Amino acid sequence: MTIKRRTVLAGMLASGASTVALRMPAVAQAAPFKIGLLTVKTGPLAQGGIQMEQGIAAFLKEKNNTLAGRKVELLVADTGGNPAGAKTKAQEVIERDKVNVILGPLAAFELLAITDYVRENATPLISLAAAEDVTQRKANPFVIRPSATSGQCSHVMGDYAAKELKLNRMATISDDFAFGHEQVSAFQRAFEDAGGKVVKKLWPPLVTPDYTPFIAQIGKVDGVFHGFAGSNPVKFMRSYADLGLKGKVSLLAGWTGMDDALLKSLGDEAVGVVSAAYYSATADTPSNHRFVAAMQKDYGVLPGGYAAGMYVAGQCVEAAIAALDAKADDRNALAEALHRVALTDTPRGAVKFDQYGNVIGEVFIRRCDKKDGQLVNTVIKTYQNVSQFWTYNEREFLGNPVYTRDYPPAKNLEN
Amino acid sequence: MRASTSQLAAGALTLALLVSLPLWIGNTYYINIASQILIWAILALGLNLLVGYAGLTSLGHAGLFAIGGYVAAMLLAAGYGHLLAVLVALLVTLLASVLFALLALRATGIGFLMITLAMGQILWGIAYRWASLTNGDNGIPVASRPAPFGLSLAPAPAFYYATLVVFLLALASMAVFVRSPFGASLAGTRDQARRMTALGYNVWLIRFLTILFSGFWSGVAGLLFIYYNQFISPQVVALTTSAEALLMVISGGSGTLLGPIVGAGIVVIMKNVVSAYIERWNLVLGVIFILIISFMPEGLVPGSVRIWRLARQALRGKRVADAQGAEQPEASR
Amino acid sequence: MNLWLTLAVNSIALGGLLFLLSSGFSLIFGLMRIPNLMHGSFFMLGAYLGVTLLARGYNFWVAALASTAALALIGGLIERLLLRRLGGDPLPQVLLTLGGAFIVADLCLMLWTGDPWQPGTPDHLRGVVEVAGLYFPLFRLVIVAVGLIVAIGLWLLVDWTRLGAKIRAGVDDAPIARVVGIKVSQLFTLVFALGAALAGFGGVMGAPYLSVYPGLDFEMLPLALIVVILGGTGSLLGALVGSFLIGFLYNFGQAMFPDLAYVILFLPMLVILVLRPQGLFGKVVS
Repeated sequence: MTIKRRTVLAGMLASGASTVALRMPAVAQAAPFKIGLLTVKTGPLAQGGIQMEQGIAAFLKEKNNTLAGRKVELLVADTGGNPAGAKTKAQEVIERDKVNVILGPLAAFELLAITDYVRENATPLISLAAAEDVTQRKANPFVIRPSATSGQCSHVMGDYAAKELKLNRMATISDDFAFGHEQVSAFQRAFEDAGGKVVKKLWPPLVTPDYTPFIAQIGKVDGVFHGFAGSNPVKFMRSYADLGLKGKVSLLAGWTGMDDALLKSLGDEAVGVVSAAYYSATADTPSNHRFVAAMQKDYGVLPGGYAAGMYVAGQCVEAAIAALDAKADDRNALAEALHRVALTDTPRGAVKFDQYGNVIGEVFIRRCDKKDGQLVNTVIKTYQNVSQFWTYNEREFLGNPVYTRDYPPAKNLEN
Repeated sequence: MRASTSQLAAGALTLALLVSLPLWIGNTYYINIASQILIWAILALGLNLLVGYAGLTSLGHAGLFAIGGYVAAMLLAAGYGHLLAVLVALLVTLLASVLFALLALRATGIGFLMITLAMGQILWGIAYRWASLTNGDNGIPVASRPAPFGLSLAPAPAFYYATLVVFLLALASMAVFVRSPFGASLAGTRDQARRMTALGYNVWLIRFLTILFSGFWSGVAGLLFIYYNQFISPQVVALTTSAEALLMVISGGSGTLLGPIVGAGIVVIMKNVVSAYIERWNLVLGVIFILIISFMPEGLVPGSVRIWRLARQALRGKRVADAQGAEQPEASR
Repeated sequence: MNLWLTLAVNSIALGGLLFLLSSGFSLIFGLMRIPNLMHGSFFMLGAYLGVTLLARGYNFWVAALASTAALALIGGLIERLLLRRLGGDPLPQVLLTLGGAFIVADLCLMLWTGDPWQPGTPDHLRGVVEVAGLYFPLFRLVIVAVGLIVAIGLWLLVDWTRLGAKIRAGVDDAPIARVVGIKVSQLFTLVFALGAALAGFGGVMGAPYLSVYPGLDFEMLPLALIVVILGGTGSLLGALVGSFLIGFLYNFGQAMFPDLAYVILFLPMLVILVLRPQGLFGKVVS
């Protein structure tokens, strides 16, 4: 199953070159608007990174490389999935290529490595990386995030688990790094506030060949919440089923845990798993229908959160350029315009941004079903206008420390 | 071993180019690439003292590189000043090198390689999992660059010059080291360890001191690294970093001073500049290294010198044969 | 009680898989004196090939054997065409394997993309074994059985055949072996191919259990290293004992001391290297 990225991109550029701006008035801008994509194309994070590129490529192809009348050039840089690489590539696209806006990077630790740098160089950045503080206590005015903070979807999952699934005692298990910590803490907070108890928290290292020793520790609970990312959910869910827990103990997941792009790698062990995500391939909006069709036609894959996130990022850039018209090259103005973007038709539904640059949008609760022999995440409930603060008071939230492995403290742990 | 006039001229020209680099290279992006090359060159030079001159191959040098960086980053994050952070970091690196040496010198050859690999992995495991100490995967940001004598190193050219100064110091000290009697005895331990012991040299001590010297400069490179990136994370302690440092030394040419510098240049340029044009740059990097190891196992610098000499010989031999016909015996170089 | 029992059984299962991975590494290290840094890559490549064949509907064992054969061929070619040119000097050979590891990793990414693949457990091996109320996948126990069969096979090869005698001679003292007429270079090719084949086979066996994804190579390589160092290079018994030891260390260590997870794995390796470099069962390397 080879992906013919090269040919698609070549075709896209060729079609873009011969396009004539149709409905938009011809804007007198000679220089193309440059978008720099910082993604990961080699190594363990490559799966998400390649998706990011596909998502933005699909968007630009749909628009014929012209946003709001302006020609757009996409530059793709491979950070290698590590902070030093992210920094170097950020320098490359900012200093050498002089891009107007950066999309990416993929991982939270990459974003943390470059956040000060993009602020010093006044370059707007649209990232899917979930590091909470970048839009909270250390908010960067140049960054917007159209995906979600680590906690944004897990707050919802915790609430749903307690109130609708009526689960009482739960265990959590997630990768032992910031993204995992933040997701689980958010889940725990919302779940316990709605009457549940988290009685066990497990933290396998990010690189774990075999999850059995951890699964064996789960104990007597009603449900398990997992926040695994990358390719780990596949391994974990298989072991979970192999060890006989499937069907006995409900399994809930964060957005990376049951991402639609992973469905093709999963088997029957995923049926019945409930997850909360900011994107679902079955979401019913016109742009999503187009997007999913384009991804299947060009790449033969179902899009997941990474691809959709980049599509939405593209839409935000388009909206900002349209709002600024001739002033789109002013990067400070562009950053402000991005914060003011409000869209109704995106693959993930309606989006707008709070004052810290984080998205306020819909969160979907999905359940994995098998339809005609294929796995599908069916949306069973949609929460509207979910912000990064959930139902908590914003000032109080920011006054508390950021979610970590031990904050909020877990008061109901057993042994 | 005195340098010939042509070597001196080449050296002076290179120095002039390096010093004037920010003027002719144009973009700050390329100035930063140059800074990176110099930082890795210092690490490669330090590693080369072991690999090329002592005959001990280490796959754990990323640990020594990173431990100084982490200590400094942690101190800076706790609010201490740059001078204190740097001094403490170098001290800790030296202590780590002592421990490193004590354990690794129990073996030589492949045994030494495996012990250093294990130690590097342990340090990586600590950086990665002992999150309360090292902040784990999230890494530790470094808020600002130092400003020695009031000159801020924040702008790229200023940082480049500071790095260049440190690099020249490193190079000079290593040149002195290598050409000293101690350096000669080190080469002796590499080539004929048993004979050296029989002659009364303390082989263990010679190697021990070399590891300390090598570790010190690795630590210096690590400090420059965290100031350059203003960030440190466990990836820098991983096996791949040690492996890349070793590749820099081997590909450029171990046992020479110029080799590691060339090797550092190759790897950094491949990773940063080439990756912009070729998607599968990891593959290209692997292929290049296999080619170098297969066809120029002594490294690019000595290998190129060898090819150059062969070419000159062939040329001169041809000219002599043409001028004097078949009667005269060929001049032997 | 449940926890310990599950962990114990899983340790044995992991040990079986690790033996498949590290027996080849041990042979290569023992005979050729090089830590083959491509070993994880062979494991991963074998797994990818196996998964592709499984996806096309081939029987599990057919897929496993086909991948094994393919890896044997690849390993043999690498040794013959690349490693042998380096004339026995271990350092360049190690580095060549490192370069090779980078190449294989990128090739796999190109051919199989970045998505993880986990084939379903083969139908005739599916099912759970119930012991004292605990469920344990049958397939993992099958891995142990297969590992033991392979161990016996290798033992027969090494201890009871002429070829095995030659290999043992090469491991003990290669120069003298050459003197008595053993074609050590051919042995090198054979052993390297065999090692690669074993790793590839292990990869396919492990695929339903661990899945295949970019990064698997550098995750498995340190484990092979630890097993072989602990057990002793060139010793199959060492690889067997080492595999189970590490299986236990891994499972119980992860459960009991998660923060020191990697230290627990690498510290014994360090201790052995420093105190008893030949490992538990290896011979003293001159």
